[in-house]
Amino acid sequence: MSTAVTDMQPGAPPESSRVHYLNANYGIKSWLLTTDHKRIALLYLGSITLMFFVGGAFAVLMRLHLIEPQGALVEPDTYNKLFTMHGVMMIFFFLIPSIPATLGNFLVPMMIGARDLAFPRLNLLSWYVYIVGAIFTLYAAISGGLDTGWTFYTPYSSSFSHTQVVPVALGVFITGFSSILTGLNFVVTIHKMRAPGLTWFRLPLFIWAMYATSIIFILGTPVIAITIFLLGLERLLHIGIFDPAIGGDPILFQHLFWFYSHPAVYIMILPGMGVMSEVVTCFSRKKIFGYSFVAFSSMAIAVISFLVWGHHMFVTGQSIYAGLIFSVLSFLVAIPSAIKVFNWTATLYKGSISYQAPMLYAMGFIGLFTMGGLTGLFLASLATDVHLNGTYFIVAHFHYIMVGGAVMAYLGGIHFWWPKITGRMYPDGWARFAALVIFVGFNLTFFPQFMLGYLGMPRRYAVYPAEFQVLNVVSSAGASILGIGYLIPLIYFIWSMRYGPVAGPNPWGAKGLEWETPSPPPTENFDEIPVVTEEAYDYANPHTGVARG
Amino acid sequence: MADAAVHNAHPPGFAHQFEDMEQQREAGTLGMWVFLVTEIMFFGGLFACYAVYRALHLQAFELGSRLLDVRFGAANTAVLIASSLTMALAIHSAQTGKRKSVVMFYLALTMILGAAFLGIKFTFEWRHDFLEHLVPGFGFEVRPEWGAVGHHVPMFFCFYFFMTGLHALHMIIGIGILTVLTIMASRGRFNEQYYAPLEVTGLYWHFVDIVWIFLFPLLYLIGGHYAMGGGH
Amino acid sequence: MTGFIQSGFNLLAFVHEGIPIRPTAASSIAEGVDRLHFFLTGLTLFFTALIFSIIFYFMVKYRRRSEDERPAETQEHLALELTWTLVPTLLTVVIFVWSSSLYFRNSRPPSAAMEIFVVGKQWMWHLQHPEGPREINELHVPVDVPVKLTMTSEDVIHDFYVPAFRVKKDVVPGRYTSLWFQATKIGTYHLFCAQYCGTDHAEMIGWVYVMTPADYAAWLAGGARNETMTQAGERLFNQLGCVTCHVADGTGRGPALVGLYGKQETLRSGEIRVVDEALIRQAIVNPNSILLPNYPPVMPTFQGQINEEQVLQLIAYVKSVGPEERKTNAK
Repeated sequence: MSTAVTDMQPGAPPESSRVHYLNANYGIKSWLLTTDHKRIALLYLGSITLMFFVGGAFAVLMRLHLIEPQGALVEPDTYNKLFTMHGVMMIFFFLIPSIPATLGNFLVPMMIGARDLAFPRLNLLSWYVYIVGAIFTLYAAISGGLDTGWTFYTPYSSSFSHTQVVPVALGVFITGFSSILTGLNFVVTIHKMRAPGLTWFRLPLFIWAMYATSIIFILGTPVIAITIFLLGLERLLHIGIFDPAIGGDPILFQHLFWFYSHPAVYIMILPGMGVMSEVVTCFSRKKIFGYSFVAFSSMAIAVISFLVWGHHMFVTGQSIYAGLIFSVLSFLVAIPSAIKVFNWTATLYKGSISYQAPMLYAMGFIGLFTMGGLTGLFLASLATDVHLNGTYFIVAHFHYIMVGGAVMAYLGGIHFWWPKITGRMYPDGWARFAALVIFVGFNLTFFPQFMLGYLGMPRRYAVYPAEFQVLNVVSSAGASILGIGYLIPLIYFIWSMRYGPVAGPNPWGAKGLEWETPSPPPTENFDEIPVVTEEAYDYANPHTGVARG
Repeated sequence: MADAAVHNAHPPGFAHQFEDMEQQREAGTLGMWVFLVTEIMFFGGLFACYAVYRALHLQAFELGSRLLDVRFGAANTAVLIASSLTMALAIHSAQTGKRKSVVMFYLALTMILGAAFLGIKFTFEWRHDFLEHLVPGFGFEVRPEWGAVGHHVPMFFCFYFFMTGLHALHMIIGIGILTVLTIMASRGRFNEQYYAPLEVTGLYWHFVDIVWIFLFPLLYLIGGHYAMGGGH
Repeated sequence: MTGFIQSGFNLLAFVHEGIPIRPTAASSIAEGVDRLHFFLTGLTLFFTALIFSIIFYFMVKYRRRSEDERPAETQEHLALELTWTLVPTLLTVVIFVWSSSLYFRNSRPPSAAMEIFVVGKQWMWHLQHPEGPREINELHVPVDVPVKLTMTSEDVIHDFYVPAFRVKKDVVPGRYTSLWFQATKIGTYHLFCAQYCGTDHAEMIGWVYVMTPADYAAWLAGGARNETMTQAGERLFNQLGCVTCHVADGTGRGPALVGLYGKQETLRSGEIRVVDEALIRQAIVNPNSILLPNYPPVMPTFQGQINEEQVLQLIAYVKSVGPEERKTNAK
């Protein structure tokens, strides 16, 4: 017991003298065979960062190519592979695992006062499953790539494409199981392993968000797995499940695909919303405004997200009445998101706000997510969707949610918990600068795409009519700024691991059980399981809110 | 460390991340239930596709269904239900503290029944289908007597092989787990307090059984009564 | 290099002329769609600006002034929560009603629409006028006349998109989809494929020429005189031997096709279907899926033997021998 207290004093004994999860043992084997959720989180962090930069490189090439209307760089076939591989890498191998598998893995047990997840070996297995899926996909990228678009629409993908559909489909299929296992582990852990006193309504909202995300993992991922498997089977054996030439129904594929892939969008954004609630409260030193509204809106989003898939298919010729139902449900799912935005904003009221890097990302998130969410109304609305569907408007909307929202939140979260993860601080000035560069680069890249879409430029075009060039050049210029913006954190994070100042257990003065441990935490997180005596984010109370037995 | 000493004092099979045996057992059971939910969604997607295509190509599906030998399917149903019983008996005997040989006997019996199921499936049924050229992708032959719906019959067989194949894969995994459990039982790992692995595997085994209970009528029985051509 | 210089010039020219922010509106529905679009744009900008300014204001006003500042406890505020739950809800209801009624009007073609047939094929558009002329990647239509497109695909899913008309619809293999528009401005407008369809997806583009009715009539009359779709269909009907079973007086092995279009038929399965384009297509490519009670299942499938354009011609022929009153209605 006493050791924990001394560790929390500033100017604690030098790093090396204390045993924590990073120095508990050494060697490649101690990492590859670890069952410590914190080490597994770092394994994920490394792998998804790699995939992020691979996918990002594809995006940079695309934007370079589109500087000229006739295409500046590559053949149309290559361009088609670029946008497909960009989508596949970013969605299945970066965004979906991003926050759950890294921050979620690291924080879920720590935030609820547990020593590990319920099934540590399963957790390690899910990382290996992810890696196997990633290897298939990288192999496909090297051996010719894929050109179907990340949506794999049939019958193009099943009968017409001449590219590596089967390896990528297999990769996505396998990676799906990694998500399923992670979701299962989180649900059981959150249900069964909360510390004494930590009731459901004292949970940090990050945990609520993880819980909602896990439910989507569990219910949605198996459906995409089976769909992608059928697609692979069809391609290998030509049995005609999705090819109308042999009796199949290509639209059925879209139904099955979007039944998962629309909720998957919320897999990507819900964890980000969870991060927001943590960061906004900490840097304004306020309890979250409307805790139960924020918590229940996460669950509402998770549930409704399963009922809106048809809004991707308004122009496929589905019946008008089906369109009306999907439209009204899509509007419905906007409301919980709006509730969250207003509550975060209201949390700032009469707070004590500081502008460290995580907070800048959080503010960027709220604004960009608002914009992304509101532009979703254009697409939920039938009359305007007819014009905008399949254009750059979709691309812009999607990236406002996914990059402006999810990636911003991910970066904010990494900046927030980095001192906990590594025990070191990064240079705050550089971090703020990077946040600014990313914000500017992002808007410059994607705002013009809203305009392009409304003007009628279809997406996935390797060449385009000359009148769209100006906006495309602006977008490409923005992309190069954005690209640099993403490299800066990579550099200073790596730098900080060795040279960063020692962070101490709680550099932000944050609430939450994870901050009760030394940084980096010991292997089993808590020497003694804490007893929780207060609600989440009780910043008005300067004491820890943890009774130690 | 003192911590390690405390942990070593726990009963066998106890994992460090839990507070006590009860919490561990509850977590294991909940985990399996959640897993079964994902399995339901997994098979559910497949059943949904099956339903859509059955509606689209009713005659071809009925024709395909009649080409299956319902006797094999019925025999396998019986075998599988019996195996669920022996599985339940294995759990019960561990729960009530029977000798380890009793637990092992029931586990072995479950495995034998599972293997019998797979034996009937692979060596009789699938081999028969293969010889009859009914395996899509492996020399499927559309027979002239099937008439115009003939070229949609492979789709039925595709679903048949995929669904039963996936089910068989679950059986094989189940038998693998049972093997591990039998070894654990032989080392006397289970007693009245600790039988969670048996219980959790039982849930899984019964689930696989239930999937078959749906597959059997869907593939073998529905459509068997109708005359050729969909008339009356 | 010259490419770069050329595009540099283009760029300058466009910057000089100003970046366009609204696409040409050249159809009867475009104004309505744009009004909704502008409303939504205003809403988006308003709320984004609102949220950003509130955040900015709070961040300045409530900035941390000392490290040990402890703000007072947050108060729950139910009225506020309900306000920002109900206001967005009401707004979405308004948008939903507005947009759905607009969509409802926009998606139903007037009964007197002129019909044109579209077949998408990697990577070109085949268009066929009932009067005979066939076009590739070009569509000529008269101004102020409603035009209905009946569309299908030879291979993968395409999407017929004319931004200036604010219309778009997927073109799906194995089924017919349709869209309609009424051009209101004479001019030339982009036609795009908006559903990714492979290598030259971006080249599957063309032009829609909107002409005065007189010019359109002249265009129809000019050029190589083709047979009409109905004539082409009749020729196929004889060439393929359909005529040997579908004898006009009803004595053949297949039903007589005279007067069939638009009728209700009860199938062997008991299902009642209206004889429309989709059903005729099904009868040609998959005859045994729609057997009639009094006829033997002897018709072979023509799938793979004729292309989608020929199917459309056959349909045009069957329609032409349909009941007289329907034909007059359609005019």
